[in-house]
Amino acid sequence: MTTMSDPQQGSFRLSMLLNDTRYRSYTFQFIALLLLIALMAFLGINLVRNLAEAGLNISYSFLYVPAGYDINQTLIDYNSQSTNLRAAVVGILNTLLVAFLACITATVLGVIAGVARLSKNWLVSKMMSVYVEIFRNIPVLIWILMIYTLMTAVLPAPNAFRGDNATSSMLLDAFAFTNRGIYIPAPVWGPGSMIVVATFVLSIIAAIIYRKYAVSLLFRTGKLLPTGWPTLAILLVPTILVFFVMGSPVGLDYPALKGFNFQGGLQIGAPLIALWLALSVYTGAFIAENVRAGIQAVSKGQTEAAASLGLRPKRIMNLVVLPQALRVIIPPLISQYLNITKNSSLAIAVGYADITATLGGITLNQTGRAIECVLLLMLFYLTISLSISAIMNVYNNSVSLKER
Amino acid sequence: MSDTHAASVPYVRESMLPQVEPPATAKGPVKWVHQSLFSSIPYTILTLVALYVIFVILSGFLPWLLGGVWNTGNIRECREVLDGAQGGCFSVLTDRWNQLLFGIAYPQDGYWRPTMAFILLFVAAAPVLFGSVPRQLLIVTVLYPFLAFWLIWGGSILVPLAALLSFAIGYVVYSRLVKSSFAGGLFGGIAVGVVVWFVAGLMTSNLTDVLALEEVASRNMGGFMLNMILGVICVSLSLPLGIVLALGRQSNLPIIRLICVVFIEFIRGVPLITLLFVANVVLAYFLPPGTNFDLILRVIIMITMFASAYIAEVIRGGLAALPRGQYEAADSLGLDYAQAMRLIILPQALKISIPGIVNVAVGLFKDTTLVSIISMFDLVGMIRGPILASTDWNGVYWELWGFAALLFFVVCYGISQYSQWLERQLQTDHH
Amino acid sequence: MNKSVFFGALTVAGLTAGAAAASTLDDVKARGKLNCGVTTGLVGFAAPNANGEWEGFDVAVCRAVAAAIFADPNAVEFIPTTGKTRFTALASGEIDFLARNTTWTFSRDVDLKFDFIGVNYYDGQGFMVPKALGVSSAKDLDGATVCIQTGTTTELNLADFFRANNISYEPVPIETNAEGQQQYLAGACDTYTTDASGLAATRATFETPGDHIILPEIISKEPLGPLVRHGDNDWGDLTRWVLYALIAAEELGVTSANVEEMATNTTNPEVARLLGAEGTLGEMLGLDAGWAKNAIASQGNYGEIFAKNIGEETPIGLARGLNAQWTDGGLMYAPPFR
Repeated sequence: MTTMSDPQQGSFRLSMLLNDTRYRSYTFQFIALLLLIALMAFLGINLVRNLAEAGLNISYSFLYVPAGYDINQTLIDYNSQSTNLRAAVVGILNTLLVAFLACITATVLGVIAGVARLSKNWLVSKMMSVYVEIFRNIPVLIWILMIYTLMTAVLPAPNAFRGDNATSSMLLDAFAFTNRGIYIPAPVWGPGSMIVVATFVLSIIAAIIYRKYAVSLLFRTGKLLPTGWPTLAILLVPTILVFFVMGSPVGLDYPALKGFNFQGGLQIGAPLIALWLALSVYTGAFIAENVRAGIQAVSKGQTEAAASLGLRPKRIMNLVVLPQALRVIIPPLISQYLNITKNSSLAIAVGYADITATLGGITLNQTGRAIECVLLLMLFYLTISLSISAIMNVYNNSVSLKER
Repeated sequence: MSDTHAASVPYVRESMLPQVEPPATAKGPVKWVHQSLFSSIPYTILTLVALYVIFVILSGFLPWLLGGVWNTGNIRECREVLDGAQGGCFSVLTDRWNQLLFGIAYPQDGYWRPTMAFILLFVAAAPVLFGSVPRQLLIVTVLYPFLAFWLIWGGSILVPLAALLSFAIGYVVYSRLVKSSFAGGLFGGIAVGVVVWFVAGLMTSNLTDVLALEEVASRNMGGFMLNMILGVICVSLSLPLGIVLALGRQSNLPIIRLICVVFIEFIRGVPLITLLFVANVVLAYFLPPGTNFDLILRVIIMITMFASAYIAEVIRGGLAALPRGQYEAADSLGLDYAQAMRLIILPQALKISIPGIVNVAVGLFKDTTLVSIISMFDLVGMIRGPILASTDWNGVYWELWGFAALLFFVVCYGISQYSQWLERQLQTDHH
Repeated sequence: MNKSVFFGALTVAGLTAGAAAASTLDDVKARGKLNCGVTTGLVGFAAPNANGEWEGFDVAVCRAVAAAIFADPNAVEFIPTTGKTRFTALASGEIDFLARNTTWTFSRDVDLKFDFIGVNYYDGQGFMVPKALGVSSAKDLDGATVCIQTGTTTELNLADFFRANNISYEPVPIETNAEGQQQYLAGACDTYTTDASGLAATRATFETPGDHIILPEIISKEPLGPLVRHGDNDWGDLTRWVLYALIAAEELGVTSANVEEMATNTTNPEVARLLGAEGTLGEMLGLDAGWAKNAIASQGNYGEIFAKNIGEETPIGLARGLNAQWTDGGLMYAPPFR
């Protein structure tokens, strides 16, 4: 033994597990792992015992039995005889719908408010700070409930539109604002409408190609082509021409008061509007702060340098300030989108049928399958968040400063 | 020099003109109004639109606020008094203020207790929040958790005293042992503390009426008090947990890092409401049969877990922002991991993370309203449930929601103003 | 520190839980309070008054059980539950007894593993509409918007009713009765549907109750009753017989006013057994001999409870109807106390 070159081999003592930094890390990890396994086992054994005691089991077969309840706002066909699984899918689509709508409006609101907050107009910038502070500092649940109350208590009931001495009337005979929701004309797709849609899609592609061409022409020859009006023309003219050539195949279905409610048209229910508006104004206030911080993060020297190169203010904004500000703005913006998706679970407070209200609410109540429902619910949100985080990582890598 | 100049260039003025006031349009309020409100046509339009919006909001809001009725017993009396005039029925606030602030079941003659705890909170928080407050006040901060527990939950003062004693003895053990090994000190301190607490608990278990306040069960907490309790407890508990998680995520031990990453990402990936559902409907299945700690405690555990994941991410940002040299300097001084973290890394990282932590805290405080969805009577639950359901006050929405919004605004705006002030204070670099 | 308190509490809880798989009655006695689940607020059935004290028809049943166990009707902790949380609260042991106008159905009894201990109110699902709507039958409601409390059997009945009659409707799901009221009064829904008793209770809180009618159709059977966890039959027996004691007391003419006197000098042997003057009924339940006497003395008999909380003299104004004693043509029928 004494001839061996590694002296550690013989002199390993048990106390080195604690005192030697080489082994200590293993000790700690081992202990952590043991604790984790013990905790899991504790919870698992309890679960099995509790379920056995209550005579319950874990089973997902409830997903395939008829749900038995109706949902008022669905994007796909659904009735009370559809399965619980389909009800959950309806909920998922509704969650995605309200999240998508709220992301768009929150971004628009946030960008406007963020830019306006930096405006030199004292009144406007102060008003925007008041907006940001008020909406950021009051819980979103209170906003949702307040806007829902506003919808139901202030807007007129469909009844008010009835009769000769109606107290309310439809806007342009096409839009009805009632406390059950807003009714707008819905497009009716007649024969040949696909051609119109196809034309429109083609014009969008053509417009993109034109803009690319304008940029490459600018880089090659320095010639500046106008982009604004030609793009609009490419987008609209062919579509309108085809629309009339085909004999107006796309019509509009106007809502009209029949029976108890407005029938026809497209109904956007009051819960959806309340949730959508509340999430937009609430998150918009946060986005406004992100936008402001992003723009302020671009140092003044950049603007001045661009100006001294002779760029006009609009081009300074487009070519110098925005690309740099976006790098700062977009990561927090995406996490705000994530927040919107998660906050949309508060739909349950106003009865909008999102995934929390269908799977985690009514299905859970009616079947009593609490563990299964909550598990599926968490899985859904986890999938969404992890995919958005993945997208964000890809984006961050693509915009990270390429140092040479 | 000047005379030669004057001689060679005849049309140059030799003496300064006296200073003249700027024209009336380029100074004072006129200039300010011109520059900041009407500098160009689009700005002028913008200003006019903004003025109109303000007018519309105020013309709706002011008569409602000023014409309000404050002293009627129910909504019908209130509407009679108003007699068609515009105004709010604020008498719901004077009639039900106790329910809004303290919930339905808190004993009425004990309202001074949470109020006292609330006031003491400021005294206890002051030395932590403001560096200029005398350090001696820190003793109040240390005593506060025990005192507040006694004030709010009541019972014999011996219970919190026993806890304080075990805490103190545990701390003494910790400070003895920490010199040789941090882990030894920490675990030794906790072990001794638990033993002392257990023994003291046994000894005091039949002395229940020493300096006793009327006992109040957790489920009788309600109203804004419940929001405050949840907010304060969860933030203070999630801070140490968040630090541990952040260190775990930054550590180079793969298993520990994995555990922390999975925990943090899982919690951050699901909405708080699903965690509250877990607390409310699922957690009981995972505990030994017959265990039954009350809803408020389960909710505190869940919100604390939720907040600690977010705080961990903020602190991780702070850890990552520290220059590499700080870690290397600590290593080169021969400090071990616990010492390096405690003495060098964490103080700096925490300082950088304070604004982020405050943001999480504000968000968390707002999120405490979510407990109303699992049928707890916090401020929002109180309004949606008993008050709007009562015969006396159904239909009084705006006064109640306005009051709730105002309370939250005052607290959250106050905290965020503090955070901005602190950020300015903490700027050590002057450029 | 708080953490170690909590972990300590957890260990202690774990230890005691392992040692004692105690019966519900022992747990309740050890705690000194009955944990009773009620609604978050339905006037007449369970709602906190301005002083924060719970009162109502369901609340009285809770108090009667507490009075039977502790001789103190105030030894109750009222735990508000929504349609969603009520069953998990009961299943998890957070509450011992659920008295929250819950419909007795097969799946709740069998699949969810609960025991309904009886029926304290025979109800049916109805519709309330504003008079101005000019609707006289539920079958005229084609295309109507219907406010409905989620998580209740009424939600399923509603779907079935409209499906069976081949008419359409649009559901507006709401969480609590207060919200339903708000939506209905604002006209956000044409009709509000829930148990007829709940409709009457809700209508009673309106400013002008006369402007609203309850349609004649009752579309379902809703036997509402208190329930307990499956498995602890002794506890189920105790609560069941407290309820029956209230019902029998009305039949036997025992009221809160005369219960003391009846207990000492009654000639009716059943009354004597009920009030503990004869026999050992209380002992069999694991209670004092005066269990039923205490329950009746504190809350009154079934008829008194009904009259005080939801009867025709109250703003809610419900007639006894099906809930009259069997001797008066109703369904309230207590098995003999023997």
